[in-house]
Amino acid sequence: MRAGIVVFPGINRERDMAIALAQATGAKPRMVWHTETDLSGLDLVVIPGGFSFGDYLRTGAMAARAPVMDAVRAHAGRGGHVLGVCNGFQILTEAGLLPGALLRNASLRFLSMDCHLRVERSDTDFTRHYQKGQVFRAPLAHGDGNYFADDDTLDRLEGEGLVIFRYASEEGAINDAANLNGSRRNIAGIASPNLRVLGLMPHPEDLVDPLMGGTDGKPLFDGLAAALAA
Amino acid sequence: MKATVTVMLKNGVLDPQGKAIEQALGHLGYQGVGEVRMGKIIELDLAETDPARARAQAEDMSRKLLANTVIESFKVEVA
Amino acid sequence: MQRDVNQALAREFGLSADEYANVLAIMGRTPTLTELGVFSVMWSEHCSYKSSRIWLKTLPTTAPWVIHGPGENAGVVDIGDGLAAVFKMESHNHPSFIEPYQGAATGVGGILRDVFTMGARPVANLNALRFGAPDHPRTKRIVDGVVRGIGGYGNCVGVPTVGGEINFHPAYNGNPLVNAMTVGIADRNRIFLSAAAGIGNPVIYVGSKTGRDGIHGATMASAEFGKDSEEKRPTVQVGDPFTEKLLIEACLELMATDAIVAIQDMGAAGLTSSSVEMAGKGGVGLLLDLDAVPQREAGMTAYEMMLSESQERMLMVLRPDRQDMARAIFEKWDLDFSVIGHLTDTGRIVVTHKGVVEADIPLAPLADQAPLYHRPTAPTPARPTLGEVADPVGFGPALRKLVGSPDLCSRAWVWDQYDSTVGGQTVKRPGAADAAIVRIEGYRRALALTTDCTPRYVAADARTGGAQAVAEAWRNITATGARPLAVTDNMNFANPEKPEVMGQFADAIAGMGEACRALDFPVVSGNVSLYNETEGRGILPTPAIGGLGVLDDAAQAVGCALAPGLDLVAIGETEGWLGQSLWLREVAEREEGPPPPVDLAAERRNGDFVRGQILQGRIRACHDVSDGGLLVAVAEMALAGRTGARLTAPPPLSGTPSPHAIWFGEDQGRYVLATADSAALLEAAAAAGVPAARIGQSGGADLTLPGGDTISLASLREAHDHFFPAWMNA
Repeated sequence: MRAGIVVFPGINRERDMAIALAQATGAKPRMVWHTETDLSGLDLVVIPGGFSFGDYLRTGAMAARAPVMDAVRAHAGRGGHVLGVCNGFQILTEAGLLPGALLRNASLRFLSMDCHLRVERSDTDFTRHYQKGQVFRAPLAHGDGNYFADDDTLDRLEGEGLVIFRYASEEGAINDAANLNGSRRNIAGIASPNLRVLGLMPHPEDLVDPLMGGTDGKPLFDGLAAALAA
Repeated sequence: MKATVTVMLKNGVLDPQGKAIEQALGHLGYQGVGEVRMGKIIELDLAETDPARARAQAEDMSRKLLANTVIESFKVEVA
Repeated sequence: MQRDVNQALAREFGLSADEYANVLAIMGRTPTLTELGVFSVMWSEHCSYKSSRIWLKTLPTTAPWVIHGPGENAGVVDIGDGLAAVFKMESHNHPSFIEPYQGAATGVGGILRDVFTMGARPVANLNALRFGAPDHPRTKRIVDGVVRGIGGYGNCVGVPTVGGEINFHPAYNGNPLVNAMTVGIADRNRIFLSAAAGIGNPVIYVGSKTGRDGIHGATMASAEFGKDSEEKRPTVQVGDPFTEKLLIEACLELMATDAIVAIQDMGAAGLTSSSVEMAGKGGVGLLLDLDAVPQREAGMTAYEMMLSESQERMLMVLRPDRQDMARAIFEKWDLDFSVIGHLTDTGRIVVTHKGVVEADIPLAPLADQAPLYHRPTAPTPARPTLGEVADPVGFGPALRKLVGSPDLCSRAWVWDQYDSTVGGQTVKRPGAADAAIVRIEGYRRALALTTDCTPRYVAADARTGGAQAVAEAWRNITATGARPLAVTDNMNFANPEKPEVMGQFADAIAGMGEACRALDFPVVSGNVSLYNETEGRGILPTPAIGGLGVLDDAAQAVGCALAPGLDLVAIGETEGWLGQSLWLREVAEREEGPPPPVDLAAERRNGDFVRGQILQGRIRACHDVSDGGLLVAVAEMALAGRTGARLTAPPPLSGTPSPHAIWFGEDQGRYVLATADSAALLEAAAAAGVPAARIGQSGGADLTLPGGDTISLASLREAHDHFFPAWMNA
């Protein structure tokens, strides 16, 4: 799997992501600067977390209009894989690659803590190393992770099985207590209809090493590497 | 020309900041405050001198960047 | 528009009559307004350390592993593998009182710049915070703003906030303390310094544009300064973490080349102090053309530009042949890059603006003749020894009260707003160990980081308190298994012109120095914040210590969380010292007595033993005994590990203390260890001459107290978790 990480000014989790990808693939991912327009040769394009352009207008808004995003759109259009985490998820929604938007956390505070995610389907390239219904732990760190879409969109997402991760209790219950940022229907991650574009708020890339407290996030990257092995 | 773009969350989209302000006003003893909505105002200095064209330009900018029309509506005033 | 420069104006600028007379002597004429501004900021307490310098220089600052001690932007120590740790702590107290969010945010931004200026990538932030009483009307707003500000800045720049401390006390009602610490990692052979060199070399300004932020308040408050003085009122400095992030990346990219001769961030007193320090240290002169300074506002004067404290700016001296390459890097990152002058052989700083020479000052006397005061000191009267204190409530209620008190309760509400994991190297997050553990990317090596001070001890006996602050930092690092290397200090005190305050300062330094020497724990950087006083009421003397240690292998680090089925062993002697203890304050409601003595030899012996046992893999969890004493230490381990404990025997005792003194006394130099093999541990302790005793074992969902009383962990947790959310949501 040849992976590339898109770096916008203000992105700050590109190094974390590079470590997780290198661990899974054995190769250093390519760092792609936001002004680049050629993504040829990449199987996976990752948009990592951070505060692109300071998130000063809206989270992800300015990055979504950067030159590289046309190339990301083209890559997705060719059926290429795209992963957006945290700010990356926000950028994908702003770019129209995924529906909905990420609003301020319901608490109006930045949240940095571990959350639990329930895997809603395991027959995707991102989740094939998890079981359906499995609960895993992931750190989250965001001020705007409150997933919003109108009811029709939510119904369509659910109907088409495009909700991939939900905030859950440790035991897998979907309830308000587990829904740390107030997302609609506890949605933490969604995919495009072809299941090749995934966006999620929490950071599986920060939990791939037992020394850092666990390896719950590792199956996502191992699964991708296995699915996209050349 | 100066264009002023007002961006507001669409009706129906939860506005936690507006809600917090509403509560704070209540705590300060202001009675009779209904729903509070918070948005932002963006001022643009445009080289364009024709009001209609300036407006069109600002509206285009609003659709493309300044507002996220999934959740936000906008209004342009030109002066 | 211009005011006459005379002694009255000099006084408004904060210069005494003697100091102004010296300015006249140096200049040989009446200085211009800009020149007076330069002298006033360079000779201010903040820049010149005029009241503190004679004491600071008594601190030990060297060790074989120290690469750069005080005097540079931050301290630098060798941590092995060809790497250096660069770190410093700095206060932003007054701005945080005026505008808590921006004050704290720009405090974080400033200390970050001190560290990456030296060529280090920042890898961790910590902060030592002191607030007024929770029931004081201003405290809640200040806490909320400071926490948001620290998070807002640190989270955005992508440097994890991994530790720190928070105290509440009425003495901070009008003067909260915000001390921010940053730690960075650099190649030990590629440390960048500020001494300018190379006559003719260009002086480059990079970063944000200059506005009228934070210009010397005293000078601008004057009504007749200008008709539009309302417009020009000194504004609160506003932080821009996005620009800071770009500045970090651009500087580090440039630092990978050979372009930089010298570099200095523009912190307090902005362009003035950065340019004067660079030229002064390098023994060269400087010509600055202010027309080339990137400006955010129209019509700025030379005085305003020289004194502006706009954030996110740096000054560099570059090799002339690398200028274009450097410009390309900064333009790639969308940052201003402007040649604003060059180095000269005149030994003078000459500032021109719109073709007029606005300042022309000889640099040597500006530095050498900076005021230095040996201010009078008065001793703090010794606190009378505490007599017998009866236990008014019993173990259970006292423990619940202590773990729920503002100074000891769960800080989760605060930590949950700080990104502690960005970078993917945080081995021990806040609360998981006595010191935060951050691995160095690409290496097994890790740093152990902590901040410590017990101001109530310092107030009662500054010498003991100063030593205790250093010892506790050393102990917290030791408790993770790491080797303590060096400290940064942030000396927060009240008005130094009061002999009793200066006495506290001198005594605290003396105690710190003794502890640093005894523990091989030198001071490599620091900051002094004086005049923390409102309406004649000063803060508790607060010499905050930031400690740094190293682990050869991050996997060796132990945390404080208890696991079931382990023996609990107490290390160190317990005399049952209740003077100045939290039990005395929170339970008996008295703030009395001398603080616990610090026996540095015992501290060192016990700590070296504990670290050795950890590195041998014998220890599963370790926690030092500090605020609240032994029972609180065990309770904190139990809460962190969600595992109960049964306490069955006392720790090693000295004398015959009463039971509550044993379990709540704050004797120093003690630890609680959890081990699967207490026999081996006790045998090793005996061989090393270290007092040790098995006090119980872990397991279950309750804490069983000495004597048999039982408290469920659930009820302790409820008490522990209650304060912050309840207080903030009230």
